[in-house]
Amino acid sequence: MPATNDASTKAGLLRRADLQSLIDALQRNDYRVIGPTVRDATVVYDEIAMVDEMPIGRGDNQDGGHYRLTDRADDAVFGYTNGVQSWRRYLFQPRRTLWRAKREARDFVVEPETEPAPKQAFIGVRACELHAIEIQDKVFVDGTYTDPDYQSRRATAFLVAVNCGSAGGTCFCSSTDTGPRSESGFDLSLTEFLDGADHAFLVEVGSERGAEIAADLPLEAATGADRQRARAITEETAASMGRTMPVDGLKDRLQQSLEHPRWQQVADRCLACSNCTMVCPTCFCSTTEDYTDITGQTAERQQRWDSCFALDHSYLHGGSVRTSTAARYRQWMTHKLAGWIDQFDVSGCVGCGRCITWCPVGIDITEEAAAFSGDGVE
Amino acid sequence: MAAKRRPKLAVWKFASCDGCQLSLLDCEDELLAVAGEIEIAYFMEATRAVVRGPYDISLVEGSITTPHDAERIHQVRRQSKFLVTIGACATAGGIQALRNGRDVDQFMSIVYARPDYIDTLPTSTPISEHVKVDFELRGCPIDKMQLVELICAFAGGRKPMIPTHSTCMECKMRGNACVMVAHGTPCLGPVTHDGCGALCPSYDRGCFGCFGPAETANMSALTGQLSELGLESRNIQRLLRTFNTNAGPFREESSRHDS
Ligand code: SF4
Ligand code: SF4
Repeated sequence: MPATNDASTKAGLLRRADLQSLIDALQRNDYRVIGPTVRDATVVYDEIAMVDEMPIGRGDNQDGGHYRLTDRADDAVFGYTNGVQSWRRYLFQPRRTLWRAKREARDFVVEPETEPAPKQAFIGVRACELHAIEIQDKVFVDGTYTDPDYQSRRATAFLVAVNCGSAGGTCFCSSTDTGPRSESGFDLSLTEFLDGADHAFLVEVGSERGAEIAADLPLEAATGADRQRARAITEETAASMGRTMPVDGLKDRLQQSLEHPRWQQVADRCLACSNCTMVCPTCFCSTTEDYTDITGQTAERQQRWDSCFALDHSYLHGGSVRTSTAARYRQWMTHKLAGWIDQFDVSGCVGCGRCITWCPVGIDITEEAAAFSGDGVE
Repeated sequence: MAAKRRPKLAVWKFASCDGCQLSLLDCEDELLAVAGEIEIAYFMEATRAVVRGPYDISLVEGSITTPHDAERIHQVRRQSKFLVTIGACATAGGIQALRNGRDVDQFMSIVYARPDYIDTLPTSTPISEHVKVDFELRGCPIDKMQLVELICAFAGGRKPMIPTHSTCMECKMRGNACVMVAHGTPCLGPVTHDGCGALCPSYDRGCFGCFGPAETANMSALTGQLSELGLESRNIQRLLRTFNTNAGPFREESSRHDS
């Protein structure tokens, strides 16, 4: 795991013209490099080989149920904010085979899936996403049971963080204390300085692995002023954030409001489509599906993402427990914002804004949470 | 020990385009293995050779549109232990259910030179309105891998892995951006039953609702959003009145958009 970023952290300046050297250095170290790129008029995370594939000069306009890619006035490489995907799919796969079984005589043998985990480097991990990964570590690695696939992917993943130079339209990480500056948990972090011809990145080192890659980069010495400037950038971003999660006392208010009329009001608007849970970087639910072939000689168990908005998710003997959308929305929100604190000592929300942007009807978790403020009355 | 008797499978056609039956023939890689385990006893689209019933599993394609078919489906039911409807016609009445509530005599007089040769019902109805159905496989057409899964599950005596949630889940699992959110394209995905693998949104099109309503579809919340995106009531109605026009939630919601 990367070490904490402290005052002794090394830093340097990387010229924009040399940014390719970062991808090259990672590739030389056998990393599959995944970074931001534009697909279907949105920023997605996918395998990249060249800086030119990144969303240079692109920004975005986001609001509840609304996302549009825009052109910026400058050539920022990281001028976009969160897109539909988080890094979750690269650590916790949407679908995978857990094991296969073969019939042998009157018995059967189980063969665990042994596909080796890829060695991946993520470029452009935002502070909220780093926090989300740490939260998923608690779920998949630090608990009583570990998920070996997640664990091995996580162990080799190299994280290049990016400090946000602007806040997305639906971001609220400053109120959840999860950004916009990455303080720890990364191998390298970048802060983009947009100065025309002097376009550069402050590179900060967060781990030994990070230091090794940094040693391979044509870095110039960074000054105290550069570090101050990097802090000023994220402070400005924090100040420009449009939404707030009312975290103080929220857990108790939610857990005491299980019969609140607001649940039905939001359920009237909610499609129970599960988009919010699919795009959330911390949601960890999965289900298993068992398949047998036509001959009955082989069987396999697959795991796939699931959502508390699916009826089957609460299926117990005889039927589903949460049949109404009100019950499902309540489950999602109270678990995310309150139950997680009981379970994992941390809220499940890192303020990335994805569930707001990607909800087709624009339901806003900060607005829903605010409805429970005051004395539990609206 | 006596050799295991292969279960007998029959495929029946009612009012339909044959697309779903073709999906079965389209299972080229799997068909031989299926035929090894299941006796394809009655399948006119594939062979004229007929093995008499009763059948262990019947796949029924098409809707009921004639008095004759309304009788025939009962014969099929009587000969079938496990009856599965395949596709939107058999499950919801199909696109031909657009006739429901209209003046069918007038249609006939326009379309046919000798309308008196035509013996048809005023409605197109799903199989489940006539006989008990054991499983409904959605889609227009059905997804061939879901059909293979259904047959494997039947052969193995297990539950088929065919989820009923919305198309959005698969769409996001594929890593797609939502076409409504990112491009303002009207999409029925949030109220449409999973099964196609989010085919249309993966090619930048909105979902047409081929698999019919998802579990607990919140129709008015979606159509409210569609009109926010600028879709007129008339076009919302058109979007809902296609292959699954007669499926409960689609039918009821579309009738709210009569202008
Ligand atoms: S609940 Fe919403 S804002 Fe919070 S982390 Fe999940 S997707 Fe992001
Ligand atoms: S809150 Fe929005 S994204 Fe989540 S299930 Fe409801 S409609 Fe879908």
